[in-house]
Amino acid sequence: MILKYFFTEIGQYFLLMRKVFSRPEKMSIFYRQTVRELIAIGFNSVAIIGIISFFMGAAVALQTAYNTENPMYPKYLIGLGTRDSMILEFSSSVAALILAGKVGSSIASEIGTMRVTEQIDALEMMGVNSASYLILPKITAAVIFNPFLTLMSICIGIFGGFLACTQLGGLTSEDFIYGVQYAFIPFYITYSLVKTLFFAVIITSVSAYQGYYVKGGSLEVGRASTKAVVFSCLLILLFNVILTQLLLSK
Amino acid sequence: MVLTDINVTFQPGITNLIIGQSGSGKTVLLKSIVGLHDIDRGEIWFEDILFNKLDFQGKKSIRKEIGMLFQGSALFDSFTVEQNVRFPLDMFTDMSMEEKTDRVNFCLNRVNILNVNNLYPAELSGGMRKRVAIARAISLNPKYLFCDEPNSGLDPITAILIDDLISEITKEYNITTIINTHDMNSVMEIGEKILFISEGIKCWEGNKDEILNSDSEKLNDFVFANSLAKQLKERK
Repeated sequence: MILKYFFTEIGQYFLLMRKVFSRPEKMSIFYRQTVRELIAIGFNSVAIIGIISFFMGAAVALQTAYNTENPMYPKYLIGLGTRDSMILEFSSSVAALILAGKVGSSIASEIGTMRVTEQIDALEMMGVNSASYLILPKITAAVIFNPFLTLMSICIGIFGGFLACTQLGGLTSEDFIYGVQYAFIPFYITYSLVKTLFFAVIITSVSAYQGYYVKGGSLEVGRASTKAVVFSCLLILLFNVILTQLLLSK
Repeated sequence: MVLTDINVTFQPGITNLIIGQSGSGKTVLLKSIVGLHDIDRGEIWFEDILFNKLDFQGKKSIRKEIGMLFQGSALFDSFTVEQNVRFPLDMFTDMSMEEKTDRVNFCLNRVNILNVNNLYPAELSGGMRKRVAIARAISLNPKYLFCDEPNSGLDPITAILIDDLISEITKEYNITTIINTHDMNSVMEIGEKILFISEGIKCWEGNKDEILNSDSEKLNDFVFANSLAKQLKERK
């Protein structure tokens, strides 16, 4: 029974994606919708990602500092630890989990409400491919904008760590900056950005899927919104492991 | 099975009504005709085209000739009135912005609403929303107009205004109009051809003059359901 449900959902998801990734009716409208979504999904997430990254970076740096009080450990490890934590995990995965909550629930409830108020039926009746019209601009916007959010998150997180350590942790700015520059592996940025792209597709497509097939009323829209966040988070965590193994294993 | 044994032809230039109790299958029938529900058996023809056998692209070409008015209006919440009415024009025509604005204003004038172009659907009354939905439905000059309970949730006077508007537009543009309703005022006002269904089965077919003299027990129960109608029938 559970297996049947699982495969039905997977099949329905991929059938929806086939409809989504078809040529838009009119490119000018697709561009216009994408710009709207860039603002709604991307630009409107800058503040929350910025604030969270700042405090995450500060907390990571302070925790590293308190765990490396042994004089055997060089002080620059704090900067190095903060940098790698932000690049490898926090700015891509944790930020994606936060975006799943913010953007995912918003997408599911927006599309779900359109479904229950027959707005999607109205689109279909006009001969518009509703899946492509509604979902493709969201996926495109997230894929374009989320890498910038990740890069911004890395920078702000490291800056948060820098401020916390120099103001509260008793570390000199030279030590922290030396650590940030020490043994830098550029591929880590690529790894982080590749993860971000996958997570962007997961958040937008899974949430849109949950909203698109809502049946019922406002209660079901709320449930779809919750399911969108839960399934997005689970898939983000699963793909985090898979991509880490694929990209970082030697 | 929701619908069985329904065989009916709808004519252009007149208002065709599908009537029946709530839950009788009216909306399922209407949505099946326009392809929003897939049917298990049977045939749906639009002139000489077998609609239910068409693929997505084929249905799309027919749907461009269909205007539909949904029960809750189904206006796009994030668009203004003007953007709602302009949407089909943006999607399917190469008209210039000026031409589109002219067409939008013409459609809004035709449904008798003025100076609401920049308002959002949430700022409109129920009757105005229905009018805007009609304006959107006729913006591409449809050959077919489907209306699902166009006057539900409206007061009797506004409901009659909406019915009359649909009837006028039907005649003016020679549209094949099919309306779902359970409102007897609509039936008596604009019912030029009426199909009565009960529990998913076609029970009666006729017009507004014949409906009061029908032998169908189920139809009589429906038509004379309220006490005023019963009194009138008894006096008659």
